Order: sequence, then structure tokens, then C-alpha cells
Amino acid sequence: MTERPPDLTPSGHRNGEATDGEATDGDTASLEASRRRLLIEALGIAVSAVGFGFVYGLSAREAGFSPIEAVVMSLIVFAGAAQFAAVGYVASGLAWPGVVLLTFLLNARHLLYSAALAPWLRDVPFWRRAVIAHLLTDEAFALSIGHFRRVGRTDERGYWIAAIASTFIPWNLATLAGALLGAQIPDPARFGIDIIFPAAMIGLAVGLVTGRRELVAGIVGAGVGVVVALLAGPSIGIVAGGVVGPAVGLLVPEVTARESAPLGTPASAERYSMPGTHLRSGAVPPDASTPPDEGAP
Amino acid sequence: MSTELVLLAVLMFAATYPSRAVGLLTPGLDRLPKQAFDYLQLVGPAVLSAIAAVNVMVVTDEAGSPSFHVGVEWLAVLGCLAITAWRKNLLLGLVVAVGLVALARATGLAAMPG
Repeated sequence: MTERPPDLTPSGHRNGEATDGEATDGDTASLEASRRRLLIEALGIAVSAVGFGFVYGLSAREAGFSPIEAVVMSLIVFAGAAQFAAVGYVASGLAWPGVVLLTFLLNARHLLYSAALAPWLRDVPFWRRAVIAHLLTDEAFALSIGHFRRVGRTDERGYWIAAIASTFIPWNLATLAGALLGAQIPDPARFGIDIIFPAAMIGLAVGLVTGRRELVAGIVGAGVGVVVALLAGPSIGIVAGGVVGPAVGLLVPEVTARESAPLGTPASAERYSMPGTHLRSGAVPPDASTPPDEGAP
Repeated sequence: MSTELVLLAVLMFAATYPSRAVGLLTPGLDRLPKQAFDYLQLVGPAVLSAIAAVNVMVVTDEAGSPSFHVGVEWLAVLGCLAITAWRKNLLLGLVVAVGLVALARATGLAAMPG
């Protein structure tokens, strides 16, 4: 990494603990505003997790899973799409090696999330990063990276809010409820519960589109994903969209990317960069130190 | 109560956790060149939109064969997208999406899934 400019807040951790005390009043206000926004977004995701988890529990029961099997899978796999797919695979009689291979393919995108979050979390103790890794979902990634970028620094508490409050607790409780009670609710699709997951995914994607590169990556990712899914199956399609979309997004010249990421601090003015890294001369717009209106609830 | 599939869950965990952990736990993986870092920052929008698009546009039959699907789900997801972009409120977007689909299915304008 390159040298960190002296006026930027560091990663936000010292010996693994958040160092909010080092932040200026403006930074603290920005952090609190961003955390409030994170909580509101987490609530929306929690609604999704409850609906989706409940439907998963119900689906698992219908596929022959016992409540214990459904709940244990939610606790230790904790990957909604892969779990839903597994229900379908088990119901269709697919051999376990095939289920495991497809699970690996479907969840391979987490490698990219993990690498993208690594610079933000490198000062967190190893054992906590190991736990953080288990809780790394699409939702936790989208919520936390958006929060980190808004405040321009690491906020480990923000990650736990994103991962635990938005998904882990509601997902597992809803799985339990779905496995135990779901059979008593006739046809939950009547209530549109099945649309919550894709709607939540696109809503989270919107939150990450802050310039033309992200827009192109999102559109191409969706297009490639659908085409490849039709040819090779949904799991492969999602991975293909996630790999090809960013590559095409990078073809947008930096000077025309029109990045407009929310800028809470001068550090976060660095587009897609960790605080103090890849600083480009002239990259900080005039209003970079002004907390964004949209960051406040 | 059956616990046979708990072993499958453990195997699925073993296939999932390394992807989540290797970036966070491998020293030096964060010291990526700028192009790689830029690439990774674009993964979120690409993967999330791919998941949403595949989820509403591709359905699989009982044999596992995928096919293109057109339905009210498109409208619901696009509605959620528009509201989230306009109002910066995902919760509102989700409520509208669910309401649209539930209404369409209740009135018979849209078929029930699967």
C-alpha cells in the first residue's frame, strides 16, 4: 500500500479495537449518521432474511429435511442461495459430491468479497476475522462495504450490525419458525414472500452503484448471468456474471467514470480506495469534507 | 428425528468457508495492485444484480433444465430498484415489490410460481 496522507483517519482500529476517540467531531458525526443509515438498511435486509429464511425452512421441510437438519444447515452453511439450491438438489436426488461442488461454485463469489473487505479489516485480530468470514454474506458485504466507504474508515461494529442484526439472527430464527410452523401456512408464495430475495439483492446493488463503472458492471453482470444461467444453470450464471461484469466495468475509462460515491470524509473521497491508498492528485472534489445529505436518515 | 443431512451441511460448510475466509485470513492478499482492487470493488454490483436477474428471469423445471421466465416478478424487482434509487429506502422498495406480487397473484393477473 502507498503512504497514508497525514490528514486522513487511519483504519479505525488499534489493537483490534475501534478508535472512535481519535476521530474528529465531524468524523464522529459522519460515523453516527452512517451507522443510523446502516441500521435502517439492516432492517430492510432483516425483513428479507425473515421472509427468505421462513420460506427456506418451509421448503426444507417439504423436501424431507428434519427441523434439526434445516436449522443446522442455516447455522453452519449460512448461505441462503446455496441452501435453497441444496434443498432442490436433495429433493431431486443429486448425489452429495454434486451438491458440495455446486455449493462451492455458487459461493465462490465470497472469495472476491473477502478479498475486497480484507484491507478494511486487516487490523482486526485473526480469530475475529475468522468469525467475520463465517458471517460474510451478500448482504453483510453490501451493507458493510457501503458503510465503510461512506465513513472512509473501518468500523468493525458496523460489520457486526450488518452481519448479525441484518441476517444471521433473523435468518436462523426464521428458518426455525419455517421448519416448525411453515407447514401450517398455506402457500406463502400467495403473499409474495419469494420476491423478497431478488428485490433485496437489486436494492443492495443500487446502493453500490456510485458511478458508471459500477453501473456497467451491474448491467453486464445481470446480462451475462442470465445468458450463462440459461446455458449452464443458475449457479454457474451467477458466478459468470460476477466475474465478467467487473471486468467489463473496468473498461470504462477512469476519467469518464463519473464517480459520485457518498463522501463523508476526505478519506472516503478516494474512489474505491482504502483510506490513504491510491490517492490521486485532484481526486478530491471541492465538497469532499461535507457530509452527504443522503447519509443522514 | 433425522440428522443424516447434518453431515451434508458440514460438507457444504467446508465448501463455503474457504471462499469466505481466504481473503480475510491470508496475509498480503489485501496488498493488491490498484487494478485488482478496482475490480474487486465492482464485484458487489455485478454479483448482486446477477443474483437478482437470474432469480427472476431463469426458472428450472423438475429435471433441472433452465428456461427464460417473464412475469410480474420483473415488475416487482424493477419497482424495488426504482424506489431504492429514488428514495434511498430499501425497506420501502421491498414492501412495494411484495405488495405488487401479492396483488397480482391474488387478482389472478400473475401465476403462482412453480
